[in-house]
Amino acid sequence: MSVLVRGATLPDGTRTDLRIEDGRVAEPGGSADRVIDADGLRLLPGLVDLHTHLREPGFEQSETVLTGTRAAAAGGFTAVFAMANTSPVADTAGVVEQVQALGDQHGYATVRPIGAVTVGLAGEQLSEIGAMASSRARVTVFSDDGKCVHDALLMRRALEYVSTFDGVIAQHAQEPRLTEGAQMNDGPLAARLGLGGWPAVAEESIIARDVLLAEHVGARLHICHVSTAGSVEVLRWAKSRGIDVTAEVTPHHLLLTEQLAESYDARYKVNPPLRRDEDVLALREALADGTIDIVATDHAPHPVEAKEAPWDEAAFGMVGLESALSVVQAAMVDTGLLDWSGVARTMSLEPARIGRLTGYDEPFAVGARANLTLVDPSATRTFGTEHLAGRSVNSPYLGRTLPGRIVATIHDGYPTVLDGEVLPADQVALAAGVRRG
Amino acid sequence: MRHLLSTADLTREQAVRILDVAEDMADVATREVKKLPTLRGRTVVNLFFEDSTRTRISFEAAAKRLSADVINFSAKGSSVSKGESLKDTAQTLAAIGADGVVIRHSASGAPAVLAANAWIDAPVVNAGDGTHEHPTQALLDAFTIRRRLHGAGARGRSLDGVRVVIVGDILHSRVARSNVWLLATLGAEVRLVAPATLLPLGVRDWPVEVDLHLDDALTTNPDVVMMLRIQGERMRDAFFPSAREYAREYGLDEERLGRLRADTMVMHPGPMNRGLEISAAAADSARSVVLDQVANGVSIRMAVLYLLLSGAEEGIA
Ligand SMILES: [Zn+2]
Repeated sequence: MSVLVRGATLPDGTRTDLRIEDGRVAEPGGSADRVIDADGLRLLPGLVDLHTHLREPGFEQSETVLTGTRAAAAGGFTAVFAMANTSPVADTAGVVEQVQALGDQHGYATVRPIGAVTVGLAGEQLSEIGAMASSRARVTVFSDDGKCVHDALLMRRALEYVSTFDGVIAQHAQEPRLTEGAQMNDGPLAARLGLGGWPAVAEESIIARDVLLAEHVGARLHICHVSTAGSVEVLRWAKSRGIDVTAEVTPHHLLLTEQLAESYDARYKVNPPLRRDEDVLALREALADGTIDIVATDHAPHPVEAKEAPWDEAAFGMVGLESALSVVQAAMVDTGLLDWSGVARTMSLEPARIGRLTGYDEPFAVGARANLTLVDPSATRTFGTEHLAGRSVNSPYLGRTLPGRIVATIHDGYPTVLDGEVLPADQVALAAGVRRG
Repeated sequence: MRHLLSTADLTREQAVRILDVAEDMADVATREVKKLPTLRGRTVVNLFFEDSTRTRISFEAAAKRLSADVINFSAKGSSVSKGESLKDTAQTLAAIGADGVVIRHSASGAPAVLAANAWIDAPVVNAGDGTHEHPTQALLDAFTIRRRLHGAGARGRSLDGVRVVIVGDILHSRVARSNVWLLATLGAEVRLVAPATLLPLGVRDWPVEVDLHLDDALTTNPDVVMMLRIQGERMRDAFFPSAREYAREYGLDEERLGRLRADTMVMHPGPMNRGLEISAAAADSARSVVLDQVANGVSIRMAVLYLLLSGAEEGIA
């Protein structure tokens, strides 16, 4: 099948027609089976999420590879890195191959499994990193996300060992003793609400330690979901020293603040927690100036009952794939901090580079794998459950007005979203099968 | 006001009104027949996810003196302990036809969650939630102070200029939080005393003075010294080195008691750790109003239930 995207505006502002044939960007001219009128729309490289919780295997009541990648497609993503905190944990070649195969089969997005750093995420013994790296899943990112690799010696060894395979450790920076019983950002508001505090220093101290470890052993380090102004300062210092560190920020930390906890509505309970206004502003600035490299969703689906509970008892986490681009547009583009080239860089090119995902470096060049996202930035919508495409509805944006709308997503040359609608699973799986040959 | 979740929600007029209605309720207790027919046919549920016999009994007595039917729904021996959710429990209570819910929960904000959701459409009274608030305790404390100071002439009065020292684990105390907001609203001058480990972040932005040493606070000629219960297990979390050191630095011992004016009130929300935060001499002295607090608790809770449930007035207004 061939597709012609007519009159789209590229991230840099130039207007062009783009023809896709046999899964790749083709020479202009020639016929097309389907024409997409892209007048007034932005054409972005397919979005890449370095931090997704797909929950399968083990927590299929929250999400599956199928439903999670459907949510990804709805949000304009063509590739997701699936976190390892499943059950069983993704700490063996068998589990990562299974997750990758499910992704291939369903076809909504490229699924790149993340391997656990330690066996069972227990923080005691390295998992079979080499076996996962050389498996069919070719794991490149390793993380105990949900838990911090807090043992300094183990972290040092992990950084060194992973560098053997050109992998990267993605650290969930949370000093465990400082965050026992933590429920929200530590500060005056937590004190007034009587909720356990999660102090910024618990994140910043681990980042400071780990950038020094990375420098010491000459390894690459990635920091998950940076949430504080202090962390930004540490990262800026580390980068100025030439330390090989990259960092991500979530859309929710770019838009929402701790004030939302005042309602005790557990939809706003997330780890790391929502922080203060000044943190949000520092994170935006850091993403704009490159101190923070990428946006990653930390899409964390939970069933309704896990959130319809008193705050202390509710689960941490928010779904974020479907809303990510709209939130980034609201926080970064509409505020003038980032242009669409910056969006392409922080939501596609850089996450792909950090995860060693090929085919995303020159997304619009003839011959490139066609992973593309078409967005209507002028649209406005009141975000509702009808905009969610995964299994869970724990979005903090329900009822909020958000800018932008995904019009089409093209994964590996075939559409997964058209006219703003996610295409049926059988149709997408069929197209994926044809592409695999 | 439809619910009583936090004393921070109360205006000065609302707070004084509750105290005044409690005076009327206290008068009832002196009559031969101690019951009012006000809430006849109404059902009050005591929903206790956390054990507190003292508070439950107080609410139960209050509801019964207003002729309400009382259902005690406690964590022990009910489905609550088997992991039934707040939502399921609330919907069950709605189906039973509860007209008011008194909730005690170990999680801060649980009463607010109950009030905000459509699971049950009934007034919610916070009977203590986590380390957040315990509004009726603060109201009964204010009532006790006002009564002691003004006796029969208490009605209509605030606590302007009354000096209250609150000593102990402010960080984890829902009693302290509710008292700070309420006493400040009523015009009292509140002084909090604790080691730095047991003071909440941002406490210097609260409407209070803060002292790190009890002996400093006692030089301010307080009208009220309120001792908070200290939990021994806090030692293990390094909030202070030992019970002995805590008692020495922050306990109301006989010597410190002797430095107080004869009419300074000694208060404690109970249950007391005699010999730790309060000496037996202080607890049993003429300055102690601990038993008044217990008796006044029933009057305050009658007032709150009356104002929220009777429909005689637009809530607490
Ligand atoms: Zn994490």
